Amino acid sequence: MGGEAGDDPNFEKDLEELRETFNSGKTRDASWRRSQLKAMQLLLKETEDEIFHALKQDLGKPRCEAYRDEIGTVTKSVQYALGNLKYWMSAKKVNLPLIAFPATAELIPEPLGLVYIISSWNFPFGLSLEPIIGAIAAGNVVVLKPSELAPTCSAVLASVIDKYLDNKAIKVFQGGVSVGQQLLQHKWDKIFFTGSAQVGRLVMAAAANHLTPVTLELGGKCPAVVDSISGSWDRESTFKRILGGKFASCAGQVCIGVDYILVEKRYLSTLVSRLQIWIRKMFGDNPKECLARIINKHHFIRLKNLLSDPLVKASIRHGGSLDEANLFIEPTILVDPPLHSAIMTEEIFGPLLPIITLDKIEDSVKFINSRPKPLTIYAFTNNEKLKKMLIAGTSSGGITFNDTLVQHAADTIPFGGVGGSGFGRYHGKFSFDTFSHEKAILRRGFLTDFWFRFPPWDDKKLQLFRDAYRYDYIGIALTFLGLKK
Amino acid sequence: MDNDSKFDGESARVMMKELRETYSTGKTKSYEWRICQLNNLLKIAEFHEPEILQALHSDISKPEFESFVHEIWLIKTSCKLAIKELKRWMKPEKVGTTLVTFPSSAEIVAEPFGVVLIISAWNYPFLLSLDPVIGAIAAGNTVVLKPSEVSPATSSLLAKYIGEYMDSSAVKVVEGAIPETSVLLEQKWDKILYTGNSKVGRIVLAAAAKHLTPVVLELGGKSPIIVDSDIDLKIAARRIISGKWGCNNGQACISPDYIITTKDFAPKLVDSLKLQLLKFYGEEPLKSDDLSRVVNSNHFNRLIKLLDDDKVSGKIVHGGQRDIVNLKIAPAILLDVPEDSLIMNEEIFGPLLAIVTVDRLEESFNIINSRPKPLAAYLFTNNKKLKEKFVGDVSAGGLLINDTTLHLTVPTLPFGGVGESGMGGYHGKFSFDTFSHKKAVMYRSYLGDASERYPPYTTRKLRFLKAVMNGSFLDIFRAILGWP
Repeated sequence: MGGEAGDDPNFEKDLEELRETFNSGKTRDASWRRSQLKAMQLLLKETEDEIFHALKQDLGKPRCEAYRDEIGTVTKSVQYALGNLKYWMSAKKVNLPLIAFPATAELIPEPLGLVYIISSWNFPFGLSLEPIIGAIAAGNVVVLKPSELAPTCSAVLASVIDKYLDNKAIKVFQGGVSVGQQLLQHKWDKIFFTGSAQVGRLVMAAAANHLTPVTLELGGKCPAVVDSISGSWDRESTFKRILGGKFASCAGQVCIGVDYILVEKRYLSTLVSRLQIWIRKMFGDNPKECLARIINKHHFIRLKNLLSDPLVKASIRHGGSLDEANLFIEPTILVDPPLHSAIMTEEIFGPLLPIITLDKIEDSVKFINSRPKPLTIYAFTNNEKLKKMLIAGTSSGGITFNDTLVQHAADTIPFGGVGGSGFGRYHGKFSFDTFSHEKAILRRGFLTDFWFRFPPWDDKKLQLFRDAYRYDYIGIALTFLGLKK
Repeated sequence: MDNDSKFDGESARVMMKELRETYSTGKTKSYEWRICQLNNLLKIAEFHEPEILQALHSDISKPEFESFVHEIWLIKTSCKLAIKELKRWMKPEKVGTTLVTFPSSAEIVAEPFGVVLIISAWNYPFLLSLDPVIGAIAAGNTVVLKPSEVSPATSSLLAKYIGEYMDSSAVKVVEGAIPETSVLLEQKWDKILYTGNSKVGRIVLAAAAKHLTPVVLELGGKSPIIVDSDIDLKIAARRIISGKWGCNNGQACISPDYIITTKDFAPKLVDSLKLQLLKFYGEEPLKSDDLSRVVNSNHFNRLIKLLDDDKVSGKIVHGGQRDIVNLKIAPAILLDVPEDSLIMNEEIFGPLLAIVTVDRLEESFNIINSRPKPLAAYLFTNNKKLKEKFVGDVSAGGLLINDTTLHLTVPTLPFGGVGESGMGGYHGKFSFDTFSHKKAVMYRSYLGDASERYPPYTTRKLRFLKAVMNGSFLDIFRAILGWP
């Protein structure tokens, strides 16, 4: 379904069909939503190999990563949605203040309508299917535009979604910038965007014309604060988890990846040497089998340029080798590159890991706050005081202690940014909510009315109102009887 | 703000710098500061009632009763609720975690956004300014309030008393019109809440896009009432009148805009409305003190145009007399208006009530759904099936059955629109939530670090990962043991 990059596609017919589907009410039925979620389960199970192959083709992504970060997470999310759909769809009763008596009130979630999901190239399946789960569970019709930078994945998405899901309600439009821009001119009921802040601004500006609500999942420089860890097991786990959260997930091309480390000067040498040892253990034998590639030449050159500054180059302590033909960059560690250099002012999005040293680990709060709010902050510490300091003293989409990336797999906490890292959120019920309008319903009977609700107004009525709103029923009674002025 | 000095780009820059500095001290995050500010805000409503009533009367001739109930009382209640509940609202919310992230614990922590902008409207200038400010302060933000210049007396009262009672390093009022608003919109805010019309709403959203600022838009629309025949007509008529003319003379975002009823029932409905209108406002409603005036001559002329539209000539069945000097229009009912008339194609926002008639009441859903989604929709009926269809089929910010406008006073219901009527919502705890960033905090333990997570990757590791993500203990067990 949908056009190819380079065509002049006419989306009007497809969009009209989607609106007709929505207006027919089909997608509001719990049974339709359930059927689609089940179809997605089947899709993930049956096309797993195709997905593995596409991810290997576009990103050189190893199967474990592909499963752990994309197929597995989405499988889990569909399961979670199926298990909770009934509750999510149900009306929620609401308490009322006495003055509204007698009345009942509730909140009913309803779909927004035609939803536009724009996903990114680094987790093309995860970042497409996870929002679709929310959109479908909430009863919407969907257009997905996958990233053209991962073309094999984009084509597989188009074909499997067409095959397994209701293609009158969920469509995939493939293409590049011009397709994206054309689609943005249309009136959507919601836009869900994952990508860069620069494009995020364009999306929001286009949405403003139609008063379309938007969720922007952007990125930022996610720091990992590494405190002194006592206990060798905990320490070794720290190093593994840092590396796992940097190099072992799409070679660092991940919005919640560890961008840079903050550590006290005195622990630097231990940190660097242990990281080097673990890099060898994890990637040493066969790095190209265990690490994803850089997505394309443009990003490869961008990363290469980050290292070209002589002062930055001089700060490399491990790695640094670049294989342009294979778009492969060795896991690289740098120590204290200049803070004004591009590698410390732009989101790295690649397998380069700067370590910044501080006199005291508490200084990390100020360091983080002097920069735009990131999508997530990581902190490795057992010091409860430091934990509280970081939670209260910094602002980010989320904060995870003593691990990396796992928060992405959690169903009960919201996943989203703040400030430069975006706004809105999803995962679990938050996905359902982000694609719903929570409609307030108040029901009254004809039984009674406070007669002093209506004009003509006089002081007596005003006094009664004052009393009623203070729940001063004795006062009301006295006024009625004319015994109170 | 000093009326003599212009609020320009430089003033804005200085102001933003001060607010950001105040915010970075952490002062506004403390419970004590928030409670103190909320208490001071409450004092404004409690100690200056006569002046507030006077200002509202000056701006829009609002009847004292409405000023008290719809503005002062609502602000007091909202403020008291925030004071009472703030501790609870500020507490982190513990959440459970699933097997996939075991062992872990998690919570959601509310933190302020930082520096927020609140732009309010002229029809409820006191309420629509301070209610969002209550939420913003309760959530720990610093705030700039821009009241509407179309209600200048209230605007300057707010500037005066907020300046006197509130912490001026953190809570500011900027008065002015389009130039000042434009300057404000160029700044980088952490959140914006705008109440007004959809045209300016688009401008606000476009300005916010430059800085990736999240926005709440409280807009309006044509709020319809579907009126069935099998109802207590007297009570219904009174509630309709109270929601329409009893709310700022129809100048409210959730005012009933037009009625849809059957051709057969319409005459009865009109008669009942006429009767009750007489009781409420007397023989000469233009002289009644219980009706707000039309706010200014712009709107007055706009409304006269709707009445004088050729397409509705002969359709005015009640009222419509005008007093151009005092900017008053007597409550007007227009019966059987064509759908392509002017009055049916813009939000009326005034004392004119249009009635559209249909053969069967079920047709009303198509009429409503073919138009932009309104802020509110109303239904008067005793028919259960009709109620269910209404709730299921009509999309609006909020729905009321058998009454009008009341839902605005319920703090446990979020107040906001959808589609053209806006995005986001507030009131009660929803105000606190709308001005907070809910930060996800996850605590992981070091206990049990599965090597399966890390490279080098093997088939066995893949199996294990699958088992964990599928939440199947049996599969995990089998994977560890290497069983098929």
